[in-house]
Amino acid sequence: MGVEICVEGLTKSFGHQVIWEDVSLTLPAGEVSVLLGPSGTGKSVFLKTLVGLLKPERGSVKVAGRDVTRLRERDLYEVRKLFGVLFQDGALFGSMDLYDNIAFPLREHTRKSESEIKRIVLEKMEMVGLLGAEGKLPGEISGGMRKRAGLARALVLDPEIILFDEPDSGLDPVRVAYLNQLIVDLNAQIDATFLIVTHDIASARQVPDNIGLLFRRELVMFGPRERLLASDEPVVRQFLNGRMQGPIGMAEEKDAALVEQELAQIDEGGTAESLTPRLLPSPGITRPPRWEAIARREAELHGTGVTGG
Amino acid sequence: MSLSPTGALRHSGNLFAMALDVVRTLPRRPFQAREFIQQAWFVASVTILPTALVSIPFGAVIALQIGSLTRQLGAQSFSGAASVLAVLREASPIVTALLIAGAGGTAICADLGARKIRDEIDAMQVLGIDPIHRLVVPRVLASMVVAVLLNGLVSVVGVAGGYFFNVILQHGTPGAYLASFTTLAQLSDLWAAEIKALVFGAIAAIVASYKGLTAKGGPKGVGDAVNQSVVITFMLLFVTNFVMTAVYFQVVPQRG
Repeated sequence: MGVEICVEGLTKSFGHQVIWEDVSLTLPAGEVSVLLGPSGTGKSVFLKTLVGLLKPERGSVKVAGRDVTRLRERDLYEVRKLFGVLFQDGALFGSMDLYDNIAFPLREHTRKSESEIKRIVLEKMEMVGLLGAEGKLPGEISGGMRKRAGLARALVLDPEIILFDEPDSGLDPVRVAYLNQLIVDLNAQIDATFLIVTHDIASARQVPDNIGLLFRRELVMFGPRERLLASDEPVVRQFLNGRMQGPIGMAEEKDAALVEQELAQIDEGGTAESLTPRLLPSPGITRPPRWEAIARREAELHGTGVTGG
Repeated sequence: MSLSPTGALRHSGNLFAMALDVVRTLPRRPFQAREFIQQAWFVASVTILPTALVSIPFGAVIALQIGSLTRQLGAQSFSGAASVLAVLREASPIVTALLIAGAGGTAICADLGARKIRDEIDAMQVLGIDPIHRLVVPRVLASMVVAVLLNGLVSVVGVAGGYFFNVILQHGTPGAYLASFTTLAQLSDLWAAEIKALVFGAIAAIVASYKGLTAKGGPKGVGDAVNQSVVITFMLLFVTNFVMTAVYFQVVPQRG
């Protein structure tokens, strides 16, 4: 289960404006990856390029061995059936109620009977905690509910890859915590490949196996969570700690001399960060071997009794 | 939207490419019957009343003009023939075109544009559904069917309006008006007008869909898209009308 996505030398620009260039990374099958970056660094553009909605200038995106950037329209629609995408605002169809929205992919792509569709839809709605809201229109519910409904719709075809476009933007901290737990639980249950695009550091510290950081039109770093959390790279440290001191400024970039000065100040302070514990699947969920291993490792690192299962 | 010449060329090219896509997607199964019926009903509901209301004064104006002209020439017996000809050949396709573009096209464009900026179209593509097949083709077909029917409506209402003004208000002779109906006009005029309406319906829906699906930049972008779609459609429709009329005169022998 789960499909590997292999991105090589990807470059995207709109007109003369380069969004990012030469991005290469591999999203390992079945793992959770987070792509971080300050606002306006083209994170959403990256997601749209992965599913072939935007064509990059150079580079390739290989999903299950097929290059999304070079596929013909018809084949592209086939490959996209592997994907479930949660858009920023849920992207629900405004003219349909939540039930029809979530049932939509099933009705379009499968020949399932209405009763079977109902069973699947209600199951997914329960998963995201939306039971009882089937008859509501997207315009009548809160942003958080729209997101969860969008997630239910993305899950309904049992995708191999799930992409999240800022799942936490516009949600309160408690809901973000629930959503993160939901993401981890989902990964343990369906074993798909996850990519979360966000600028929420707390989520990035807790949830993923891998972290990537986009800044200044390039992928600064991509690798296992622990490596990035422990990284000395100034941009990575600034972003993961949410500080003002560092290369990232309000208007994207800062004067180099100022950055030097600021970094020197921080080093004097010398705050050594401890590694944030990882979020584990809820107790009720049977953990696959991958999550068992993660749980054991977390227990060793933090010495807490979080091995249940 | 850029004003550079290459930008204009690119947009025309993309528009044409989408028109080809629509033609290519037309035979693909399953046909979206539900969407087609809903859209046909919707386009009809926003166009029927304004069309009828526009065509009455349109027929009346033609009747007035022709009525006074024929009286001066002493050819009152031809006033019916002339006004039928004018309504059937030119007025009804033009009124249909204006209404289909102005009422139907704008509604389609605003609807698709709103969906586009809310990411609904992207979501649909990611769910593996081609918006051309699912949304555009049913709209184009619906608009074509409704345009053909509207054209019939305009012809009837326009001729009736002309009759009313000529006979009741200008004291023309009802018998002469009716008797001269077919001296100039012929059945092929009606067919030609219906074919025009069919083409106009297709053009209006394709332009509206293209502009809607390429809307960007938030709610203002949708407004701009609607505006541009009306302007572009009007220009295309008038040019097409001219070309089709010219061809018609060459192909079909005229009476009288």
